[in-house]
Amino acid sequence: MSTVLPTAPIETAERGAESPFHRIATDFLANPIAVFGLGMLILIVLAAIFAPLISPQNPYDLAQLDVMEGRLPPGSASPSGGTFWLGTDDQGRDMLSAIFYGLRISLAVGTASTVLALLIGLSAGLTAAYFGGKLETIIMRIVDIQLSFPAILIALILIAVLGQGTGKVIAALVTIQWAYYARTVRSAALVERRKEYMEAARCLALSPLRIVFRHLLPNCLPPMIVVATVQVAAAIALEATLSFLGLGLPITEPSLGLLIANGYQYLLSGKYWISFFPGVALLLTIVSINLVADQLRDVLNPRLQK
Amino acid sequence: MRVSARLCRFAAAIAIASSVAICTPSLAQELKIAVAADVTSMDPHFFNLFPNNNMAEHIFDKLVQMNADSQMIPGLALSWKPIDDKTWEFKLRKGVKFTDGSELTAEDVAFSIDRVAQIPNSPGPFVAYTKAIVAKEIVDPYTIRFKTAAPHPLMPNDLSTIYIVSKKIATGATTEDFNSLKATIGSGRYKAVKYANGDRVELVRNDNYWGEKPGYEKVTFRIIKDGASRMAALLSGDVDAIEQPPTPDLARLKKDPKFTLTSKISHRVIYFNFDHLSRVSPFVFAKDGKPLDKNPLQDVRVRRAISKAINRPAIAERVMEGQAIPSGQLVSEKLFGYNPALKAEVYDPEGAKKLLAEAGYPNGFNMTVHGPAGRYVNDEKIVQAVAQMLARVGITAKVETAPMGPYSSRAAKQEFSFHMVGWGASTGEASSPLRSLLATFNRDKGLGAVNWGRYSNTKVDYLIEQALQQVNDENRAIMLQRATELSMQDLGIMPIHFQFTMWATKKNVQYTPRTDEYTLAFQFKPVKG
Amino acid sequence: MLVFIIRRSMQSVVVLLIMSLLVFIGVYAIGNPIDILINPQADQIDRENAIAALGLDKPLWEQYLVFLKGALTGDLGRSFVHATSALGLILERMPATMELAIAAMVISVVLGIPLGLWAGLRPNGIAGRTIMAGSILGFSLPTFWVGLMLIMVFSVMLGWLPSNGRGPTTLLFGLIPVSFLSWEGLRHLLMPATNLALFKLALLIRLTRAGTRESLLQDYVKFARAKGLSNRRVIGVHVLRNILIPIVTVIGLEFGSVIAFAIVTESVFAWPGMGKLLIDSINLLDRPVIVSYLLVIVTLFIFINLIVDVLYSALDPRVRLTDSKG
Repeated sequence: MSTVLPTAPIETAERGAESPFHRIATDFLANPIAVFGLGMLILIVLAAIFAPLISPQNPYDLAQLDVMEGRLPPGSASPSGGTFWLGTDDQGRDMLSAIFYGLRISLAVGTASTVLALLIGLSAGLTAAYFGGKLETIIMRIVDIQLSFPAILIALILIAVLGQGTGKVIAALVTIQWAYYARTVRSAALVERRKEYMEAARCLALSPLRIVFRHLLPNCLPPMIVVATVQVAAAIALEATLSFLGLGLPITEPSLGLLIANGYQYLLSGKYWISFFPGVALLLTIVSINLVADQLRDVLNPRLQK
Repeated sequence: MRVSARLCRFAAAIAIASSVAICTPSLAQELKIAVAADVTSMDPHFFNLFPNNNMAEHIFDKLVQMNADSQMIPGLALSWKPIDDKTWEFKLRKGVKFTDGSELTAEDVAFSIDRVAQIPNSPGPFVAYTKAIVAKEIVDPYTIRFKTAAPHPLMPNDLSTIYIVSKKIATGATTEDFNSLKATIGSGRYKAVKYANGDRVELVRNDNYWGEKPGYEKVTFRIIKDGASRMAALLSGDVDAIEQPPTPDLARLKKDPKFTLTSKISHRVIYFNFDHLSRVSPFVFAKDGKPLDKNPLQDVRVRRAISKAINRPAIAERVMEGQAIPSGQLVSEKLFGYNPALKAEVYDPEGAKKLLAEAGYPNGFNMTVHGPAGRYVNDEKIVQAVAQMLARVGITAKVETAPMGPYSSRAAKQEFSFHMVGWGASTGEASSPLRSLLATFNRDKGLGAVNWGRYSNTKVDYLIEQALQQVNDENRAIMLQRATELSMQDLGIMPIHFQFTMWATKKNVQYTPRTDEYTLAFQFKPVKG
Repeated sequence: MLVFIIRRSMQSVVVLLIMSLLVFIGVYAIGNPIDILINPQADQIDRENAIAALGLDKPLWEQYLVFLKGALTGDLGRSFVHATSALGLILERMPATMELAIAAMVISVVLGIPLGLWAGLRPNGIAGRTIMAGSILGFSLPTFWVGLMLIMVFSVMLGWLPSNGRGPTTLLFGLIPVSFLSWEGLRHLLMPATNLALFKLALLIRLTRAGTRESLLQDYVKFARAKGLSNRRVIGVHVLRNILIPIVTVIGLEFGSVIAFAIVTESVFAWPGMGKLLIDSINLLDRPVIVSYLLVIVTLFIFINLIVDVLYSALDPRVRLTDSKG
């Protein structure tokens, strides 16, 4: 999960002979809570990757499900031997297996859409802020158009037109998010642009590309990391919301969000496990991502160095 | 009760200013009902849509009413009969008053039927039910005759859907005038006092109604689409009754002494369409994922195998929590044209595998099952359960669902191979599903309009066309039964079950349930709870 | 300044045009509304007549031109299913949504900025850590799920608050129906507004905290401290002013997103706002309402963005308020 990071920011570049990565790793490990979060996140990611090996059942194979075994409470014995440790949902899906597989999809959807949106948004936003002029106007107008559509509506129309599927949900989430990054990074860059170090870089006649990527980008990054952290979680939650509104992923291959959405209707009837356990899994995932990201941000911020 | 009502009218006549509520019977209370769908307009002719009709039922009368079992009973018309092959005569009830005090006569009936065809911009007009009428003749204020170009046995059924408005008030009135309630004056059991679309409709009792007076004086319909939210509104006491309690909560409702669950078999059949076209079916593939050279669903043995693979009792018991009964035909027991000989297909996975092998698919094939999301009770769950059952006989099935809007557009263009739909026989007759779902698609005859699988059998067509012109009820019933039997032998469509419609109420409220799924305030009665 | 605003407005018209075209194509691609609207018993000819009655038989570009012609005179078309002016419908529903969104925004700002500031000033204290943990919960849980949980606890179990709907309304300035002026109205408003606020609250806490921590290390803060200014003044004036810039952007941007996300809250709480109208209209493919909703929302967004930009220049004189020169 090591994040690809820009090289050491300008103001604190020198720190003896240590490589930047080593320095970041040392700083990161200084916080036990963040280390705990990292450990949890690694476990979760491993569970997601190896879901087919550790799950008692393939919850996406309809032939393995039996609607007659639906809505069994946690700990019920499965007629085919074994135990449904976390119970089953209405289709007779083993919740434990469904959660492992759901993690996989949620993480994939959340990360893929955020990374893609971040890349597109960063490039667009920095370009606009650095070059200004007509280019900026055009880019920012596109961003405005984009942001003027309610996110849910774009997703709704996109998915209605494209059909269901993981790739399509990612496409919809990227479409929703990129403009957001573009605008935020532009705001940050507009402020940075006026600062002395930028003047200095320009006076040195560095190439625009170098200024943007070596100097502007690292200094705009901290606010972006805050937003991106929130957005991974938001992407996962948004995907769940789409499912709640009846769009999103195919119902036979539920993500965590879809599992929660499906279980939502059972909450008032006391069959808590259908919604509760996926909810806990989602919560743990997002909390661990955030613990790691919080620490990363503090470590990475050029101005927060002691 | 009767005395007090009369007293009440007397008092009102003396002092109009004094409130009627003062002397209404003690059982007059307020009733709050949460319904699942939005009333889009208060104009009873604008849009033939379930929630709109549900509301119009309260405010307007019809010539012919449907009882709780979807059988016709006299409404504004006391009697009706064909006087010759192409003429129907309706005798009207005397002394029926609109709530503005004017009397309802044959003029108003003729006007209402004309108005149906003249509504501008209607997305779903009622003309289907009035276009058979080529001429109207008002014999006297209480007698009206309708002439048709061909024999038309379904005239009373058709007119059981047309609401009668006042000619005096509705002349020149637009749908907007109805939405603002200015023109929403009927002769029904209730008067509309507030319409806030997407939120609520408030009604008060029409104390001059000609028939039995409803039990509640003031009724509020709240629109709460989400099932769990509707349920929460009932549990927290914000409303007295809800329609369509979500299936997951039924067990709890049955146990809880504070609530009553009422249900009744609906006129709606849930069924699957097969792709009957000679083509490479869009969502059927060989086991290795390659396209098949022909459409296996054209083979009746494959269709039969699919039908045998489905454990209908399990779906009714587990997915529907017992709120459905397996079906082998198009209309449920009390409806006209029901064929008692047709039983639901028996679950027989071994037989299904054998039939598949006979048809040349010993290992089955791959198929995507399509279904609507959120249109019918538990629609997505039924589709998944069906896919599970198909997987057990070798047909590896994927599931795709979509909201009804895009879904029906695609289904109508034959973009699916095997997909689920529901059909409510709203005229209370087997001819309704037969002519729309199973007759060969034919634009000029107006047949097979919703025959999305493009099933076609000339014998079935012949029987349907004969039945639609057969005035003799007995003969017509036999024709409809025979047409149903033939099309079910072919598995033109594959019925799954008739769903039950459910209502949940507080203990002190009782509902008399209906086949036609309507939630009618006047069917609620206060009881000791 | 004036030039800036005029230029922006002209660009906005272009935005609106492009957007309406996109929505037209989008809704057209989803399906034909008549397929879902018309009574299934209707035959093919009835169906064709209904399609023609709504003008849906014409080619898409012609439908769009008809719409544009109407739009120029302020007529955005009539709802297919409600038979009333689409714009009128939206304006009728708008106050309910705005009330909900503003209440949510107020809750998140009033709670979010102080909590974030606190967490930023004492990042390692117990309170600071608790606030951050809470904020993580705030955006981890899907809105609809939290909404139902709130209903379950506060309406079904405790019976303190009504489970759904909007309270009685009174006219504000004799014009706008609002519900927050009565006790009953407030009771109805509290849960949905809190539900809608949670996500933004979490976001604001995090942004404020991040901004605070950063500005505490800036030279001017150190300088202010060195000058011997009181802690209160340093935080209240120097720190707060500096972190306000990103926060104002976010509040501006998020206000739009709050309105959009109200769709979910409105459906869980049966709040009669325009988000609910939109979802219904999408389900029924009621294009005039969808298009009008978007045009109204976009206009609103553009307006908000403009205000954000103007505020920007007021807060930070270094920001150029122009996009007319490079």
